[in-house]
Amino acid sequence: MWQRILALVVKEFLNLFKDKQSRFVTIVPPLIQLVVFGYAASFDLNHVPYAVYDRDQGQAGRALMATFSGSPNFQLRHIVQRQDEIADLLDNREVLLVLQLEPRFSEKLAAGEPAQVQVLVDGRNSNTAQIAVNYAGTVIGNFNEQWIARHGLDAPPAHLVSRAWFNPNLESRWFFIPGLVGLLTLVVTMVVTSLSVAREREQGTFDQLLVTPLRPFEILIGKATPGFVVGLAEGSLVILLAQVWFGVPLVGELGVLYLGLVLFLLAAIGIGLAISSLAVTLQQALLGGFLFLVPAVILSGFATPIANMPWAVQMITLLDPLRYFLIVLRGVFLEGTPLSILVHQLWPLALIAGCTLSAAAWLFRHRLY
Amino acid sequence: MNRRVRGLLRKEFLQVLRDPSSIAIAFLMPAFLLLLFGYGVSMDATDVPLGLVVEQPSAEAESFIGVFRHSRYFSPRRFPDRAAAQQALGAGQVDGVVVLPGDFAARLRGEVGAPIQLIVNGVNANSARLLQGYVEGAWRNWLERELGARARPLGQPVMLQPRIWFNPGLRSRNYLVPGLVAINMTLVGALLTALVMAREWERGTLEAMLVTPVSMREVLIGKVLPYFVLGMGGMALSVAMALWLFLVPLRGSFWVLTACSALYLLVALGMGLLISVTTRNQFVAGMVAIVATFLPAFLLSGMLFDIDSMPAAVQWITHLVAARYFVAILQTLFLAGDVWGVIVPNSLALLAMALLFLGLARRRMHKRLE
Repeated sequence: MWQRILALVVKEFLNLFKDKQSRFVTIVPPLIQLVVFGYAASFDLNHVPYAVYDRDQGQAGRALMATFSGSPNFQLRHIVQRQDEIADLLDNREVLLVLQLEPRFSEKLAAGEPAQVQVLVDGRNSNTAQIAVNYAGTVIGNFNEQWIARHGLDAPPAHLVSRAWFNPNLESRWFFIPGLVGLLTLVVTMVVTSLSVAREREQGTFDQLLVTPLRPFEILIGKATPGFVVGLAEGSLVILLAQVWFGVPLVGELGVLYLGLVLFLLAAIGIGLAISSLAVTLQQALLGGFLFLVPAVILSGFATPIANMPWAVQMITLLDPLRYFLIVLRGVFLEGTPLSILVHQLWPLALIAGCTLSAAAWLFRHRLY
Repeated sequence: MNRRVRGLLRKEFLQVLRDPSSIAIAFLMPAFLLLLFGYGVSMDATDVPLGLVVEQPSAEAESFIGVFRHSRYFSPRRFPDRAAAQQALGAGQVDGVVVLPGDFAARLRGEVGAPIQLIVNGVNANSARLLQGYVEGAWRNWLERELGARARPLGQPVMLQPRIWFNPGLRSRNYLVPGLVAINMTLVGALLTALVMAREWERGTLEAMLVTPVSMREVLIGKVLPYFVLGMGGMALSVAMALWLFLVPLRGSFWVLTACSALYLLVALGMGLLISVTTRNQFVAGMVAIVATFLPAFLLSGMLFDIDSMPAAVQWITHLVAARYFVAILQTLFLAGDVWGVIVPNSLALLAMALLFLGLARRRMHKRLE
């Protein structure tokens, strides 16, 4: 029996790697994508382009503006002279925000009256807008502290002291790069598995496979192995790159991470093969692959928190293997979460893997058309 | 239109009708995805679980805590002491903890002022930062009220007054839905055509076509036009859902939207055709379509992550992602209006890409065997 399976596994690998194009597609793009996406996926803003409309022209106003131009987060692009320039700048996306000092700003500040800085923000991407406003708030907060200290004013009676656990500098990249491990592993697994049965069905070779002594369970092993090996290899490479290249700390145990990776791969392979054996043509398999892949990524909590979703959608995410794997990845990478807590993420993965793999094996024989 | 093209179109339409998966790609997929995302994807946190610890009860501490109880952002939970709250934070039961130390009330009247400690779970840096912002806002409100009551000079010499244009309610759906429409159309366009030429190569029907008087230009028209019609149908459905289901405002003109969508669809279809013509193998074409469409459009188009903040080399790469131009156009058309300074350059880029993809596809379709 093992000999039969081995023969099938060899054939599957040949199918995948014999062709130059398909060899290339399974290996090169995920690696390039990790590096590119690793740099792209971050909510941190750098060099926010801004403009200044100083209607005050006083000393204190200029001092405040100097703190902005000195900050690495902001980059001055334009000095506004007339009110009507502002709309153009924001509309055309030349700047993300415009700082507007009110007339008599310096005078009011010196007199101890509240002086106002208006920040006009391009809200087309409301998340970016909110972050930019927060950054501006930080700069102004620092300016206030210095001003209070220098002029011997009363400090506010209570002040906020913030600290962040697990990611002290709140680097957005630390959050996204472990997520990318899951994303890229999922994509490469889907690439390898979701088309494999459908192709044989379309070419008619699957019928031949069914009349061999191979049992569905053995075909399953043969079909699943390439996806598993490729997924495991690329997953490992991505994990390594995350630490070595991007410097994301791996606090927890590697063993727990790999337990998660193996279960996740099995679940993803099960889904990919089930889609593939349900499809009659390659086009249907491709459609099925996307209908799973895209929601699986978007609803996984990769970028937008699951807690923000309505209840019904949250229930749907329970079927998403990536959801569980992301929690494992982030937990192990950043928090050092022990196995005893992550078990609650691992058993659903095992359950999904068991159901989908057996569904795929069953469909091999029962989906004849 | 000559008879040969008409014949090809008829054949292609029949093929579409007989394998319903093309129709599913054009209509079912956008509707399904948009429905799921429109409801599911949101950056707006409400009811953030927040732990509260008051080490020494006092009237002042209670008044501060009260701010959180009446906010829609938080769902506060009291803990008896710091250790219990920190344990809950570590276990992920709360996203942050606010601690008012034992001498809070006493130090309020002191020289330096009382510290309010906030510990957030920083794993999701973005949520953590938003949480810090919310708590800071709550703190500032409380301060203003307290100080107002006691008539002491305000602790903030300079006040920040943010004004968000185009989306004053900071409703994240307003920018996510246009972005998702762009992703949808990327997938629809590429999926519709990624396999069509490869299929003909594989089945040998293209060879049969080679002996007919049909020119390759006519084959290309025959392949693009039917799927263009299907894709525009899908686009119309997506826009309708964005407007009437998710109530995203459309501030630009409808005709500009239609023209830009048509242009983008040509790019997406061209990309699919190019994949198909280059690989000549449905299996590989499918693999390329999965790898090259979704994740680049999702991560590099600027629908989620700010392109200007990426390193220069990555910014340069985003110029190769067609979705980038369409996302900029859609976000502007939906939320800002007909801003020609955004629409014209991005449309020109799309036009160049459409010509490039379709031109390359045409060049690779030789009327001969290898």
